[in-house]
Amino acid sequence: MNNFVGIDVGASTTKAIIIDEKKEVLGYSVVNSGADFKAAAEKALKKSKEDSKGKVSNKYSVLATGYGRRNVSFADQTRTEISCHAKGSFFHFSRAHTLIDIGGQDSKIIKVNDSGKRTGFKMNRKCAAGTGAFLEEIANRLQVKIGKLNELAKKAEKTIQIGSYCTVFTATELLTKIREGIEVKELIKGIFDSVVKRALEMDPLEGNIVMTGGVVAFNPFLVNMFEEKLDKKIFVPPLPQLTGAMGAALYDLEAKGGKNA
Amino acid sequence: MSEEKKVAIKKIQATGLMRKLMADYFYELDKASKEGSPKVAWCTSVGPAELLLSLGFLVYYPENHGAMLGATRTANNYIPVANAIGYSPDICSYLTSDVGAFIKKETPLSMAYEGIEGVPKPDILVYNTNQCRDVQEWFSWYSRELKVPAMGISTYRNIGKIENYHLESIVNQMKDMISPLEEISGQKFDIDKLRHFLTLSYKCTQLWKKILETNTARPAPMSFFDATIHMGPAVVLRGNPQAVEYYNVLLKELEERVANKEGAVEGEKFRLYWEGMPIWGKLRDLAEFFIGLETAVIASTYCNSWIFEAFDPKDPFMSIARAYTEIFIVRDENYKEKYIEEMVHKYKIDGILFHDAKTCPNNSNNRYGMPERLEKKLNIPVLTINGDLNDMRCYSEEQAKTNIEAFIEQLGAK
Repeated sequence: MNNFVGIDVGASTTKAIIIDEKKEVLGYSVVNSGADFKAAAEKALKKSKEDSKGKVSNKYSVLATGYGRRNVSFADQTRTEISCHAKGSFFHFSRAHTLIDIGGQDSKIIKVNDSGKRTGFKMNRKCAAGTGAFLEEIANRLQVKIGKLNELAKKAEKTIQIGSYCTVFTATELLTKIREGIEVKELIKGIFDSVVKRALEMDPLEGNIVMTGGVVAFNPFLVNMFEEKLDKKIFVPPLPQLTGAMGAALYDLEAKGGKNA
Repeated sequence: MSEEKKVAIKKIQATGLMRKLMADYFYELDKASKEGSPKVAWCTSVGPAELLLSLGFLVYYPENHGAMLGATRTANNYIPVANAIGYSPDICSYLTSDVGAFIKKETPLSMAYEGIEGVPKPDILVYNTNQCRDVQEWFSWYSRELKVPAMGISTYRNIGKIENYHLESIVNQMKDMISPLEEISGQKFDIDKLRHFLTLSYKCTQLWKKILETNTARPAPMSFFDATIHMGPAVVLRGNPQAVEYYNVLLKELEERVANKEGAVEGEKFRLYWEGMPIWGKLRDLAEFFIGLETAVIASTYCNSWIFEAFDPKDPFMSIARAYTEIFIVRDENYKEKYIEEMVHKYKIDGILFHDAKTCPNNSNNRYGMPERLEKKLNIPVLTINGDLNDMRCYSEEQAKTNIEAFIEQLGAK
């Protein structure tokens, strides 16, 4: 039986997922992208195979996506992460929707219609405000482990106002708030709120909303904040960080899997 | 499969002739600059060039020099120099790169043309604010620096319907210029000479229009990236017989391509409209990238901006005023939207690409909701990419290309 591998070489992490002809997930992994995208892709594939505990067949094809997609020399084909995220998102949520993907270096807003066709997309401008890199920078400034952000934000009682225009400006703004004696948990909730505002600046966010990406995977409280702001329930697929990789694997299945696709 | 396709841009045979014309033009200016005669006028790209020519000036266009600084990827050596004397990185990067290059006493002209050491010295600086406010500031800097008079035309901007008072104001401003210009050039104004240059400009502009319209054919014979280079004579040599001669040659070559169904992009699948300034430092790179994506960028507001339909030698002043006022950049949002809509139908466009040029707000028409409105109205996808005409610090290669590639994937999705 053939297997289909999607590898999403993102700016921060590389994700791989292996599926079979029935679109069942056999194994997956997430590794740091580092400075060698090809090595990261190889490592992610190896770990995904290990994760499948022997379920992966020797016959498989690979579709690479993400910033480093062209570095994956063993891939059979490539596609942009925008197409792959839309594909992966529609697989889990098969209705017209707007996808908000918050990745390491960029945020994407993607519109998908009720037949799964992408009808438009927007990416953040060059500034990393509102992305994973933004949260990392702020966590570093506040000397908080990145894994603790969610927990701390949840404990905050009020939301302080912080700008969403530029990472460097925001860091400077934080200095003022620190001087005013505002607690770290409230600063972090303010930063989460800044991520929400950044997305709202990109699109009116109407209709069904799906959220994906590493930032969402590790910070579910951020999704709650989006829900509160938009006054609606947001769908988060299983393995939100692997949505692009899943889309890549599905495209690979379509291209190579014949009628079963 | 995972490597970018290696592609080659199809050479336009007329390019050699264009290079010669451009070389002759710059050598003639250089000679005049060194000898002090004839007098040299600097003029903004859509300034009153025909009036200057009729008074015996050789005309030099700093915006063309700005584009050269961009295309040679030297602009970023000079922009910081202008920034350091107080000219913000947020204003026109033609201005900042050109002023910076002047301060450093460098020019791509001396790289391209042996014996030319600098840009030609102006005897007069003449601007028209129809492009933007920045051209006035640009020329004012040179005026202070070189102690050369600057004069200009202030054009009404954001115009919907063109009214007589818009044009009469420009006619009066042009007429007021004549006397000081006569003094500098040493020649008396002669309306028949103006008619002569206007006739040549009109012929040039009509040919340029026909050339651009060859791209209504499928496949399109010339890309937007080719057109930005081949519009050089329409910009700097309009009013000269050489431009007319050149465009006759180019038109013939493109018509042959159309007859042979030879497209600029092999296997043309999609046809795009480029709205906004070129990214001069990435022309070749983007041309190749689109060829690899089997997508032809075939029409643009930018290249159309040197079509001056209104020129009429029978009514020189009024028709110049009209021609230089009815251009896209001077018009209001409704006019612009309708204009692009017409182009989309005329060229059978599959998608529109807006270039948001960081330092050129007047040529970045995505900033007041137009992409969203057009997408809805025309039911074709629209993409905005961030970049700049000259300042490559504002352009993210990876982000721009991922956006373009995703856009083409969207066009190709069934």
